[in-house]
Amino acid sequence: MPGPWSYITLALYLASLGLYVAFLYSGRRLTGRFATAALALGLFCHYFALLERSHWVRSVPYDDLYGSLSLFGWLLAAIYLGLELYYHQPSIGAFVLPGVIILFLIGSWSGHPAPATSQERGALFAFHVTLSVLAYAGFALAFLLSTVYLLQDRYLRRRPSPANWRCPAIWRFPPLDGLERMARGSVRVGLVALVAGAGLGIYWEHHTQHEILLTDPKVLTTLVILALYGGYLRLSSRGVWRGARAALMCALTFLLVIFSYAVVNVYLSQFHRFL
Amino acid sequence: MRIVLVGLNHRTASVALRERAAFNAETAERASKELRSHWQMEEVVVLSTCNRSEIYGVYGQDAELGAIEAFLPQFHSIPPEQLNGSLYSRRDGEAILHLFRVAAGLDSMLLGEAEILGQVREAYRRAADSGATGPILNRLFQSAIEAGRRVRSETELGARPMSAASAGVRLAERIFGNLEAHEALVLGAGEMAEQVVENFRQRGIKRLWVSSRTREHAAALAERFGVEALVWEEMSRELARADVLVSSVSSPEPVVTHAMLVEAMAERKNRSMLALDLGVPRNIEADSSSLYNFYLYHLDDLTEIVEQNRIAREREVPRAEAILNTQISKFEAWYAGRGAADAVDDLRLRLDSRRRRVLETHAEAFAHLGPEDREKIDQLTAELLEELLKAPSSRLRHARSWRDRVQQIETLRGLFGLDSEDKS
Repeated sequence: MPGPWSYITLALYLASLGLYVAFLYSGRRLTGRFATAALALGLFCHYFALLERSHWVRSVPYDDLYGSLSLFGWLLAAIYLGLELYYHQPSIGAFVLPGVIILFLIGSWSGHPAPATSQERGALFAFHVTLSVLAYAGFALAFLLSTVYLLQDRYLRRRPSPANWRCPAIWRFPPLDGLERMARGSVRVGLVALVAGAGLGIYWEHHTQHEILLTDPKVLTTLVILALYGGYLRLSSRGVWRGARAALMCALTFLLVIFSYAVVNVYLSQFHRFL
Repeated sequence: MRIVLVGLNHRTASVALRERAAFNAETAERASKELRSHWQMEEVVVLSTCNRSEIYGVYGQDAELGAIEAFLPQFHSIPPEQLNGSLYSRRDGEAILHLFRVAAGLDSMLLGEAEILGQVREAYRRAADSGATGPILNRLFQSAIEAGRRVRSETELGARPMSAASAGVRLAERIFGNLEAHEALVLGAGEMAEQVVENFRQRGIKRLWVSSRTREHAAALAERFGVEALVWEEMSRELARADVLVSSVSSPEPVVTHAMLVEAMAERKNRSMLALDLGVPRNIEADSSSLYNFYLYHLDDLTEIVEQNRIAREREVPRAEAILNTQISKFEAWYAGRGAADAVDDLRLRLDSRRRRVLETHAEAFAHLGPEDREKIDQLTAELLEELLKAPSSRLRHARSWRDRVQQIETLRGLFGLDSEDKS
């Protein structure tokens, strides 16, 4: 059952979304600041909503799909907030918040897992999972930023016509350079988190099970993802790949991540023993 | 109300006439002093920009409005026949509305221009500093400035670029964001190039070069704006450094070829480049638009953007007017409140003077009374007067709306002849 923190969080996220959209149309800095403040407060309350849920199910948020989605939404919002404050670019909030709200709604209002006790796995495992979720939140945000980049690039390349230059929000979109830097920043966060998360997972497996299963499809997929995003980071600031091609690469890589994880989780989940 | 406006602007007067009727800081102060000392004006603000010369004032009871209207041409020694209907005058509500529209940029040549608000603020500051303003113009100008600020922040009236040059700069910001870390190369030294240079400088671009086939022209433009001049022959070599390339050269053939841009983009390692081709015929080879990370805009594209922005700005006018109406209502409510107090004071003075006269007329009838009794009669009649004034004073204060209040003040003033010469 969603508790009071969930309702407060939802209200704050919705307020933040409304303010981000208003900022996109009005361009008023104050509106942008209020949107950021509402998001920060929403994040704060979301933490307690996660805690509330954990108390209810007597388990960590990532123990079931819905909790994982809520945690994913929280981390996505957290990374976005960090990037927004670093790059002073609030106009992306209007695109990120719907995703965060949907994840939060699914995580908090869909599925009511019965209170159950889960197996105690320790702090290392918790960090392993949380960092992995953080990594995917970073990649998801990079995907979103790259998609906006591609739309913006396409828009700037089109001949001006009454239809495509009339909307006031068009003048508030973040610049291409900013989108590119934010996407790279987001991928960097994701890569660091993924390396740390995978490292902790391997260490935890070795520590508790006294073995390392490198043929685990999830470990292999992780290595492929690391290679792809590493390649993106290297190529995106160079010659022929800079700009739209890099953005397309980033977006496609994320789709590949989703696809491969779907395959691994649906058909090969028995190999990754802790899901 | 006693607010008056006299002036001329871009709609009513030619540039030549506007130039003759313009005020600088010194002449504005002199005009203001003259109006207050010899023309029975109590408060004065002179607003003078390249598009308008206007005098806002609060006139005294004895002022002749016709004479005030004649002041502006007289001050500038402009013969009346040259005015040819250029001069306009507005009073009270119309004058207030005019000032609010001016401050909001609704009366500007370029709808929604930003500069006018600063110019109104500056004109008011100067007048206030020289002691030419009083409570009414202080409140009026502060309200108009507040209204102008609200229109700028709450509507899209001033948000979109309205010239090809400023639209180009905004496009550059759409690609690069803050221009403080970027460089631009401007080819040509004509009027369009000048506008572009001015716009880029205002947006704080890191480095700006100007290059023209006539070296002296480029040097003169560069010197005027404090930017760098580049020898035309070196242009193709420096092309790779420019994040923004602007070309407005009069040339039958393109001055920037596809091959030059291919080389420049390779040297830039495909970092984005924005090219604004403002020349007619085109200065940049059209097939360059297919180059990767190269954004090419022609003059027609920018003109189309400006046209869309003009339409969008016009759509914002009703919203801006709604804001102005709110702000004007606030000012008028304040003014009406002030008027109510003034009307009651005037009525008190008028009736008190009548009371004294009646007492004096009947002084002989009270001759047999001692000084204490006469004092008591004086006090009683004064108290009776205050008692009689309580009801109208309270009704004026608690009028349902400022419009009712103004109407009641007008009735009161009319019934008791408070605005007539005879104050007795």
